Parts: sequence; structure tokens; C-alpha cells
Amino acid sequence: MPLFFVWLLKAALIYGGMLGLAAGMTLAERKVSAWIQWRIGPNRVGPWGTLQPIADGIKFIFKEEVVPAGANPILFRLAPMMSAIPAMLTVAVIPFAGELSIGGVETTLSIADLDISALYVVAIGGLGVYGVILGGWSSNSKYSLMGGLRASAQMISYELSMILAMLSIVVMGGSLDLRVLTEAQAGGLHEWNIWSQPLAFLLFLIATFAETNRHPFDFAECEPELVGGFHTEYSSMKFALFFLGEYCAMIVMACLTVTFFLGGGEVPWWPSAPWFVQLGAFLAKTSIFLFLFIWVRWTLPRFRFDQLMGLGWKVMLPLALLNIFVTGGLASMGVYGS
Amino acid sequence: MLFDYAPILILFGLVLGFAVSNVLISELLGRRRKAIGKETAYECGMGAIGNARLRLSIHFYLVAVLFILFDVESLLLIPWAATANEFAQAGVGTTVFLEVVGFVLVLGVGLAYVWRKGGLSWDR
Repeated sequence: MPLFFVWLLKAALIYGGMLGLAAGMTLAERKVSAWIQWRIGPNRVGPWGTLQPIADGIKFIFKEEVVPAGANPILFRLAPMMSAIPAMLTVAVIPFAGELSIGGVETTLSIADLDISALYVVAIGGLGVYGVILGGWSSNSKYSLMGGLRASAQMISYELSMILAMLSIVVMGGSLDLRVLTEAQAGGLHEWNIWSQPLAFLLFLIATFAETNRHPFDFAECEPELVGGFHTEYSSMKFALFFLGEYCAMIVMACLTVTFFLGGGEVPWWPSAPWFVQLGAFLAKTSIFLFLFIWVRWTLPRFRFDQLMGLGWKVMLPLALLNIFVTGGLASMGVYGS
Repeated sequence: MLFDYAPILILFGLVLGFAVSNVLISELLGRRRKAIGKETAYECGMGAIGNARLRLSIHFYLVAVLFILFDVESLLLIPWAATANEFAQAGVGTTVFLEVVGFVLVLGVGLAYVWRKGGLSWDR
């Protein structure tokens, strides 16, 4: 099989899988919230409501487009794409599993293998903030504007702690390649970075919640204050695109947490596991964090915005700097050298 | 090298196609009904007052400037982070680390200054 078709197949399958998982997450969110609040949740469309996401999608397609008066028509249509595309592109470098053979071509189970894949995720993921702030500004609505500004301030503030927490993992693995960082954790449960970098894990986890605008940091769409935040004026498929982008960002963040701290697709004490076992292990670990996203949302109350900025700048940033300090010091003494 | 990025171009094509078709499909298929006030911005049921192109709190600007400062810092730390182990093996780990410490300290002083001046307290 030509190399191009292998690439196309992998890209289509992984991207399709992520979209399917995102659709499943919208259902899981409603089901889990229902269980937590002692309700039943969606149960009309299909068995146990499993076809609900499809019904939602069809409904979104046939809903009316409303473009508010005074809105910038081009930017208003461009913003949902600019928000969703970066979130969906970052999945390209996630190393789901090791070597496999597709139609005689030896390859690995990730869309692309870059030697700077950690940098790629940060660079492309950081672009999502443009869609949010443009969506907020172009709607010509005060709630949207405030929501967009808040979301962008929050996303850039927590990006710092996230990058610095990631850097301490890069120091330990000695590479910016996510696959190398995963392989550095092979060998057993005790080799996972979560044990040697507990502070970085905590900082990274908190930062992922803030980066994806999830509870308890969902100030971008804090209903009692800002109605719907930056997508107040959006309807139909454009709203759905914002929504999908948000869930895709959540999935990628959960994948990154697993890659950095839980050994990615490595199966403990079985380093030569076949690719489908590794993929299963990766998805099982990822689903823990995806469940955590939902669980936290329906359990914790919301912060206040000044508390959020205080936590980001006065607690997380100094702690992240301290962490890279200690990690870098140990590495310079040759502790992590192999 | 650049060849490694080719699969990302394929993914970009898929993602762009999905996003553009999503925005277009409801524009083509969605129904349209005119109604008074439908196109005004939502302000909790009242008529919209004024325009939303407002002047806003300087706080947001300050956060953006601080972000650039510290983002560039972390950017400059990345090459060191990826090679810290190799420096240690070459026997110059301590020297390089001390240089990084000096660099981070300068920015740490900057952070302390902004903190002291109240640039980090949102409600001031």
C-alpha cells in the first residue's frame, strides 16, 4: 500500500475516532450528571439514550442561523472554525501505540511522528485562544465580549504553568518527542512520571481544567454572570463547532496527561505488548481523566474570577518555576541520565 | 525533516473540510424566519443598550503583556530542558544550570516586582 494511503487511513481513523469520542462525551456528560443528581438523564433516543448525540447533530444542522445586527459577518463565521481547528489538529502527534503494519507498511499508531511533538502541541493548542476572543468580539454583544476576554485571559495565564510543568517532564526524558517521553516510562508502574513528578502532575492537571474552560474554572460561560459567554449569540452548527472543539481539546488534554505522567500506551511489565493492547491501555487511562472532567464539573462549586487569576499567577506559576528549578538541578547533577 | 509534517497536512485537510462544511451546512439547510428583535444582541430580554464595542478594563491588557514576558521565558528554557541530561553527561551540567538559574532569577525578580506593585491582584 502506498505511504500516502497509510497516512490518510491513520489520519481518518484517529480523527474520526476522536470526533466519535467527543460525541460520546456529550452523552456521558449528561448521563453522569444525571446519576450524580439522582435523575435518569437522556433515555428516549435509542437504547439508554445512546443515539442522543446523533439526534442532537441532526437538530443542530436544521436550526436557524442568527447573525446579530452589527456583528462582523466574516469574523463571526470564521471564529468557530478558528476555535475548533487547533483543538482537532493537536491530536496529530499523540502516540497512541507503538509499531504496527498496515498493508505491508511498517508504521506507528500516531498520525505524525515529530521530534518536537511536545512543542507542536503547545504551539498549535495555543492558537485556540484566537477563535474564542474573535467569537466574543465579533458578536457585538456585551456578554460575548466579556466572556471572550475572560476566557482568553484565563487560557494564556494557565498556559504558562502548563508549559513549565511539561518542561520538567522534558528534562527527565531528555527529549521533546512524546514517543520518547513515553518510552522513558516503560518497565513498570514505578517508572511512571506521576511518582517522580507529583507536583508537576498536579499543576498540569489543574492547568488542563483551566485551559479547556472546564468547571471549576468555566468563567468563559459562567451562566449567572455572562449567560453563555463568548458563544452567547451563536446558534446551529456554528455553536456545535465551538462545542465539539471544546470536547476535542478535553480529549487531547487527557491524552497528554496520560502521555506525560501515566506512561502513555505502555502496559506495566509488558514492554512488548502488541499495538492493540497498547491502544486499549492508552484509552483506558485516558477515560479516567475524561471521567474526572465530568465528575469535577458536577461536584465542585465555581471559583470567582479574581481567585482564578490569583491561583494562576501567585500559586501555580511560582510552584511551577520551583519545580523546574529542582528538576533541572537534579538533572544537572546527572540523576536522570541514562 | 519536512517530510515528517506531511501527514499533518493531510489531517489539516480533513479538519478544515469538516469545519467549513459544518459552518456552511446549517447556513444552507437551516430555516429562516424574520421576527422583530431577533437580530438584536441578547441582553436578558431588554432591548440592547448601545454598542458592544466598548473600552474595557486595562487588567486584560496587563495580563497579556505579562503572558508574553513569561511565555518567552519558558520558550527559552525549552532547548535547555531537552538537553539538560546531555550537559550533565558532558560534565558541564552545573555551569549550564547556574546560567539558567541566573536567567530565571532575573524573571523571578520581575514577577516579584509586578506582584508587589499589585499588578497580579485582579480586584484592585
